[in-house]
Amino acid sequence: MGWYIGRRLLQMVPVFFGATLLIYALVFLLPGDPILALFGDKPVSESARATLTAQYNLDEPFLVQYLLFLKGIFTFDFGQSFSGQPVIDQLARAFPVTIKLALVALVIEAVLGIGFGFIAGLRRGGVFDSTVLFLSLVVIGIPVFVLGFVSQFVFGVKWGIVSPTVGGDPALADFIMPGAVLGALSFAYVLRLTRNSVAEGLSADHVRTATAKGLSRPRVMTVHVLRNSLIPVVTFLGTDLGALMGGAVVTEGIFNIPGVGNLLYQSVVRQEGPTVVSVVTVLVLVYLIANLVVDLLYAVLDPRIRYV
Amino acid sequence: MSSFEQDDDLNQTAKRVGVVAGGPVLTRRDGLKGLVGVAAVAGLAACGGSDDEGSGTGGGESGGGTGGDVIVNGSEPQNKLVPTNTNEVGGGRLLDSLWAGLVYYKADGTPENDVAESIESSDAQNYTIKIKSGQTFSDGTPVTAKSFVDAWNYGALGTNAQLSSYFFEPIEGFEAVQSEPPAAQTLSGLAVVDDTTFTVKLLQPESDFPLRLGYSAFYPLPESAFADMEAFGENPVGNGPYKLKAEGAWQHNVRIDFVPNETYDGPRKAQNDSLSFVFYETNDAAYSDLQGGNLDVLDAIPPSALATFEDDLGDRAVNIPAAVFQSYCIPERLPHFGGEEGKLRRQALSYAIDRDQICETVFSGTRTPAKDFTSPVIAGYSETVAGNEVLSFDAAKAKQLWAQADAISPWSGTFTLAYNTDLGHQEWVDAVTASIRQTLGIQAEGAPYPTFAQIRTEVTNRTITGAFRTGWQADYPGLYNFLGPLYATGAGSNDGDYSNPEFDALLQQAASTTDQDQANELLQQAQTILFTDLPVIPLWYSNASGGFGENAENVQFGWNSVPLYYQVTKS
Repeated sequence: MGWYIGRRLLQMVPVFFGATLLIYALVFLLPGDPILALFGDKPVSESARATLTAQYNLDEPFLVQYLLFLKGIFTFDFGQSFSGQPVIDQLARAFPVTIKLALVALVIEAVLGIGFGFIAGLRRGGVFDSTVLFLSLVVIGIPVFVLGFVSQFVFGVKWGIVSPTVGGDPALADFIMPGAVLGALSFAYVLRLTRNSVAEGLSADHVRTATAKGLSRPRVMTVHVLRNSLIPVVTFLGTDLGALMGGAVVTEGIFNIPGVGNLLYQSVVRQEGPTVVSVVTVLVLVYLIANLVVDLLYAVLDPRIRYV
Repeated sequence: MSSFEQDDDLNQTAKRVGVVAGGPVLTRRDGLKGLVGVAAVAGLAACGGSDDEGSGTGGGESGGGTGGDVIVNGSEPQNKLVPTNTNEVGGGRLLDSLWAGLVYYKADGTPENDVAESIESSDAQNYTIKIKSGQTFSDGTPVTAKSFVDAWNYGALGTNAQLSSYFFEPIEGFEAVQSEPPAAQTLSGLAVVDDTTFTVKLLQPESDFPLRLGYSAFYPLPESAFADMEAFGENPVGNGPYKLKAEGAWQHNVRIDFVPNETYDGPRKAQNDSLSFVFYETNDAAYSDLQGGNLDVLDAIPPSALATFEDDLGDRAVNIPAAVFQSYCIPERLPHFGGEEGKLRRQALSYAIDRDQICETVFSGTRTPAKDFTSPVIAGYSETVAGNEVLSFDAAKAKQLWAQADAISPWSGTFTLAYNTDLGHQEWVDAVTASIRQTLGIQAEGAPYPTFAQIRTEVTNRTITGAFRTGWQADYPGLYNFLGPLYATGAGSNDGDYSNPEFDALLQQAASTTDQDQANELLQQAQTILFTDLPVIPLWYSNASGGFGENAENVQFGWNSVPLYYQVTKS
């Protein structure tokens, strides 16, 4: 097990370098001169240009800039954005917010998705099953920003049950509406995945055996059917966590949540290379670690799987 | 001094007086909006419109009767809050609340002394500025002549790379401090006389120089700032109507909280108990908050709500002209557009456009048809400049002028109007060209360019082969700013290479006239010349659109379309 984790962590190293190099190159290749962008349409004097160029190593060749960036990362010095804020501070402010949002979304989609999916799977073809299937199809069909705006308008503006936007210093409860919106699509997938998995599990040999040896129905359903059906669901949820964190740009925009998506979006349009690369680097790491955790969870859910 | 105005919609762009905030903020909003706009309209249409009570109740609940704590929209400043290093509207509105300049602008754009006791000049080139004695920064240190001179020198010095350094260009010695390496550390045109007096020497007479002094680049700085400007910009200390609520009141990307600065005793004294700017990533979110009662004043209606916001908000909607002038230019070098023939054709092409109808149908009334070459929010503006009938829609007149031009040299080919597609200009260009097609019976069509940068490059290199859209946002509330940089012979933004000695002479005369009324009169005469020559064909003024909450009172928008926050109160 320890060996396995070590090997997986080692595999992350080339992925890390590959991903950062690629992102750095893309940001580097963005058309337009960041100094000109900074000044708007005003003329930039030679002395101002020289000062800024030296400050951000803009005169170095690409590879040197990249290596300087890497050196910074390993000394936990992520550099400064053009606006003079340390990137590490920006990350430290944005990530906790997005992690909260992503976790709320994950809990909502996991609890509701698995719950409804399980019931639907048990009563395949029934009224509940058909209704749930239909509704999840509707959810899949609606883009997340439509869902976001409609729920914001109905619950926030029209009925005034919740605040239309989240803003700063949010309580966990403030994240329920954005979290539900963010997790809605995945909720539909989790539901359908669970339902099919449970329905298959019902007719599996070990379930028939368990029933035959006289186990109570609840025990058969939870321990033998549900647990086995969860393997594909857990895979999905694990990778989804990364997607939720990186993909919250639209949701964070609608509900004005100062998280990672917000930061990433602003940095891209302001051509703040250091911030973009740092944010994405951290997201890549989150993704890799989430994947590792998922793989480890397999062993917990399915004793036949052993890591050596 | 000025810059080209990239986008004609104030709601989509974050702009500072005279400064278009480059690509950044502009596209930031647009990108998401393109995506979400349709949805918002759908959402509103499906759920709203029928009753207004929803937003009403929301407003009552969160208003909470706390009295004067005013919450308004903002956006995260792109830079630390240093007056000379802020050139976009997100930071600019904060500076204007934290600082007081020599003059301030009343809602109609007329300047009044704020910190200044007097600004005097006999020749419009050498100025003696006296400041009121006993003024202090919010940390208790005195505001002196040196506070201004040091701050301006800091802003002008090239190696400090300040984004607003350009504003010091008219002052003598600017070239020396901007050279690489700088030949001087301070502007030779600035001199401290005593604690409350300093003198400014300009390179040439500019009678509207005092008018510019309300802009944030000209604010003073306390002694403590120069030790560590970075740290100062995080917790700025100004001399204006507000100060930071506490150290660290600026929560990045979230909000910033101000409280009244009790040491400020100028004309902009805060009427509320506190002022908070909440930073929004999208105007859609801000608009939802306004409707939900979480926001008291909003100065940017998202495009998705432009058609409906006046119904949604009723008398709490604000829709007034801004200091943004839109036009299109037909350079003289184009075939058929030179000399007398060109003059006739330009006039015909102006008479052929139904501005009123386009403003109403294409822009839902969020543009105001142009009556001159400036803007209605500028002091000295007149609706009745002689010759402006050329801006009215008159199909018969247009046909007649076009026929006269044809008599000189018959028209052939297609009339094209170039525009950039990245900021939603297609609709009005289609409407304008259709109006021309129908009235004159000639081929007319739009010529789309993918980006603003691309069209500007072609315009600047003079390689563009047809008419093109142009626009201008004022740096400061003066008529001259709309005319000098655009139509004077050889001026920096004279894209059509317009040149008329008579016009130049009037401009010069106005610039060296110290009496502002007289100067404005000369500038109106100069405009009359423009109406015959039409170096650009005026279209309309962009509007500032915004709104305020149910309990907000005394909401007034300034000349630069930013609300006068200090006078907003809540009942």
